[in-house]
Amino acid sequence: MSARLRRLWGMIRKESLQILRDPSSISIAFIMPVILLLLFGYGVSLDAKNIPLGIVIEQPDTATQSLAGAFDRSEFFHPQRFGAIQEAQQALAERRIDGILWLRNDFSSRLLSGNEAPIGVFVNGVDSNQANITKGYIQGTWLAWLQHFAVAQGRALDLPVAMEQRIWFNPALSSRLFLVPGLIAIIMTMIGSLLTAMVVAREWERGTMEALMVTPLHMGEMLAGKLIPYFALGMGGMLLSVAMALYLFDVPLLSPFWLLMLCSALFMLVSLAIGLLISIVTRNQFLAGQVALVVSFLPSFLLSGFLFDIHSMPEWVQTITYLVPARYFVAILQTLFLAGPVWPVVLVNAGAMLLMLAILTVLVVKKSYKRLD
Amino acid sequence: MSFFHILSLARKEFLALMRDKRSRIIIIVPPIIQLFIFGFAATYDLNDVPVAVYSEDRGGASRELLARIEGSPHFSILHQISSDAEIAPLIDDRKVLLVIRLGQRFSADLQRGDPAPLQLIIDGRNSNTAMTALNYLRDVVLDFNREWQHGHGQTGPPVKLEMRAWYNENLQSRWFIVPGIVGSLMLVVTLLVTALSVAREREQGTFDQLLVTPLRPVEILIGKAIPGIVIGLLEATLIIVLMVWFFEVPLRGSIPALYLGILLFLIATVGVGLMISSIAVTQQQAILGAFLFIVPAVILSGFTTPIANMPEMVQWLTYLNPLRYFLVIVRGVTLEGDGFALLFHQFWPMAIIAAVTLILAGWLFRHRMY
Repeated sequence: MSARLRRLWGMIRKESLQILRDPSSISIAFIMPVILLLLFGYGVSLDAKNIPLGIVIEQPDTATQSLAGAFDRSEFFHPQRFGAIQEAQQALAERRIDGILWLRNDFSSRLLSGNEAPIGVFVNGVDSNQANITKGYIQGTWLAWLQHFAVAQGRALDLPVAMEQRIWFNPALSSRLFLVPGLIAIIMTMIGSLLTAMVVAREWERGTMEALMVTPLHMGEMLAGKLIPYFALGMGGMLLSVAMALYLFDVPLLSPFWLLMLCSALFMLVSLAIGLLISIVTRNQFLAGQVALVVSFLPSFLLSGFLFDIHSMPEWVQTITYLVPARYFVAILQTLFLAGPVWPVVLVNAGAMLLMLAILTVLVVKKSYKRLD
Repeated sequence: MSFFHILSLARKEFLALMRDKRSRIIIIVPPIIQLFIFGFAATYDLNDVPVAVYSEDRGGASRELLARIEGSPHFSILHQISSDAEIAPLIDDRKVLLVIRLGQRFSADLQRGDPAPLQLIIDGRNSNTAMTALNYLRDVVLDFNREWQHGHGQTGPPVKLEMRAWYNENLQSRWFIVPGIVGSLMLVVTLLVTALSVAREREQGTFDQLLVTPLRPVEILIGKAIPGIVIGLLEATLIIVLMVWFFEVPLRGSIPALYLGILLFLIATVGVGLMISSIAVTQQQAILGAFLFIVPAVILSGFTTPIANMPEMVQWLTYLNPLRYFLVIVRGVTLEGDGFALLFHQFWPMAIIAAVTLILAGWLFRHRMY
């Protein structure tokens, strides 16, 4: 074995022992993904079911009963009856219900005399996305009922233009199928940068950096020696997350496994390099931890396109998202899992990650030198 | 308990935190930057959804419908295609989200009074985006139908919906998300400041010295809690002013109720932070602990996705999360115009969390086994 390899091996061995003896690193790599994926996988859902809906019928008769029945049967709503609109509005203000359907006392008479009968609908708009979904479900139930009502009266419903939609990749529009692959990207960003954010800072703070400096170890060997064990640890966590996505959350994987792992390894290297850079620049565990948190969790959560559509953000924010590595990985993961190996998507995003890795490597090498200030 | 003791410890904590220029910056600058970036970034509203049109019909009706879709701020038609084979590559590569297909007889069917199908193919990879886009499109089509029937002497559907949204009348995502960002940022800053305070002293060995001073554990607890609460209060005020002035989120409710909420939330957060800090032996463990609390707390707070959609068991878990209550308070006061009465059930759980975590932290100061 050449001297260089032996030195590198020694460093890897030292770091690995340090990892094995301090349970916190292992728990970051293995316990955190499990807990986070369980929490996120079950906790983050945009599929509204059993929306509490207040129904006010001022004059019950067959027409109003059939309309209310359509809402009772829908799996999206959990209707409650209120005697008067004031009671329902009070319940809406107290957040006991999310919406109100109000059939006034002239509803049936207008309907039967051929006038347009209005239904008053109120939704709590605070959560605008939930309100939009609720609105869509109410419209859908209403349209279905109109159809039913027209047929019962022996005529066809005249809707000039009817939408016929086909949804690709995720026909049931289950939010879990797109959220779980995105979550893997977020969890791995946090784990990758947190794992390494403190490793160099710790050596500086404890004064063991000076001890390392007097060894014949080159800076490059030291960095590689620190990275390799953490890379192995991170990829272990990655495998665990993918296994959970496939077997626990039943997300389909429509691409070859090796491609997924290759892209993941590239992303893991980028995350580790970011953590390492933070660690080298701050030389202080408090700062390193703070910075790692600030640059990993919230940006990857909000700016990666995992939850919020990047295309709809203002231009200048879209520019910032190019700096968030999770952005590329989320695009790759959602495509690899749900759509298959679409090469233009994979190559463009992997290329971007490769470029980031190159820039980060140059920065890490430039910022790390053996010197005491 | 001596007021002087507490004050001098609090003073020392402030100095330890503020002495380092980089620590000063990291407490103040990132939250403000994040408020701005995330305030603009985090929106469920869609603008300029890329659309491709495959129209085999050259009639006036189809052109009018397409003009309406193009005229909506939500859609922009980027591609005109002329064969089925072009659809898949556009959607697969994410060039467009939606393909609209109009058959040859679209306008003719409409003129004759037959139903004319509007075929849509949509990328469901992000199910929420897909659903939102379909909802926008349905509004456009319903409008078109109403006017078409009006203009052609047909009777419209016998029942119509009159939709009104309360509190957030135009259903702007920003009004929902920005108050949530306020809570999340306060949580991150306060927790990190306090989580490291005891762990740093333990790692450096100065905590033992602190324990042998005349300071009693209660005094240490309060002295360590004060900086986090003061910094949190200042930061909250700054962020709320920016939220109202810059993001134009209304402030319709009672400001004293909001501040009571902020104070209780900060004390509960500081309690959690000190508890983590006294369990941790090293700063690394403290940061990890803070992290393991912050991430689930943000996810399970109703910040971006509704608590009502979570499974029952996870919903029970959210009752342990102070952020859950605080977000209801911030949104209640800003958007819904709530006062003390409607928010009472958010105040007391935070007070209980604060009491339990602070007592545990104080106990752990002395009884932590090495």
